[in-house]
Amino acid sequence: MPMDGQSKPSLKLMIVDDSNIIRRRIERSQQIARLEVVGAASNGREAVELFRRTKPDVVTMDLTMPEMDGVECVQELVAINSKVLILVVSALADKATAVDAIEKGANGFLCKPFTDRQLNDALEELLAEA
Amino acid sequence: MLKEAEIRTFVEGATNYFETSTQQSATVGSPYLVTDGNPGAYEYTGLIGISGSRKGIVYFSAPRGMLTVLLMRMQETDTSDENIKDLVGEVANTISGNARRDFGKNFVISVPVVIAHDADKVAAPHRRSYVIPINWRTHSAKLVVCLE
Repeated sequence: MPMDGQSKPSLKLMIVDDSNIIRRRIERSQQIARLEVVGAASNGREAVELFRRTKPDVVTMDLTMPEMDGVECVQELVAINSKVLILVVSALADKATAVDAIEKGANGFLCKPFTDRQLNDALEELLAEA
Repeated sequence: MLKEAEIRTFVEGATNYFETSTQQSATVGSPYLVTDGNPGAYEYTGLIGISGSRKGIVYFSAPRGMLTVLLMRMQETDTSDENIKDLVGEVANTISGNARRDFGKNFVISVPVVIAHDADKVAAPHRRSYVIPINWRTHSAKLVVCLE
């Protein structure tokens, strides 16, 4: 939960990762007062359904997942809402993958493993675009 | 056959994982070659299949004690068997994914397969594997790289 109690959350965050630990870690570590976690999905297909239901403004997106991978999911989410802000959070560290995700509609890329500070800095940078 | 620089990629991936995730350094022992097709495993193993430009497997294997403390260092309070299995798969996924920085996009990694409580089931696809011993706090683990 955000520590800054001075401002109410105004943006909805959805977390997509096939690892429960990472989903919980992002929820626990994100300290952006404007963000409120509205749901978490463990694969791309589940994410699309949850996205339609909860209409988040911001999404953190893993890439290597079963069912539907993250790049395909990014494309689907952007097709539903072109204004969604997507931060890819992935271990795939090659530049080509980051460029590909950005070209498909993602707005930022954070490489795993990450510190709490790196996560929050990446989210802040993403929200600066909002 | 792995080149020295390629082994270094995995060594750096392993040390970076512990340093970044726990803010505590791990030390890595000298990597060694196993030629009998049996590089060995601990109680929990996260295994990644590699395809594309290289073929084979990368696995991270560790005892429960290490993985429990690792979870706790990551502020995770749920140290259930499910979460331990999730973690060992995530470590393998992260180190393998990070290797694409050097190996490139065509180093294709699978989602993790986790083998728990049955170390004998962990098998290398080829006779030659490189074992990278990892020591963190008082615990030992290993990263095994078996690529054509």
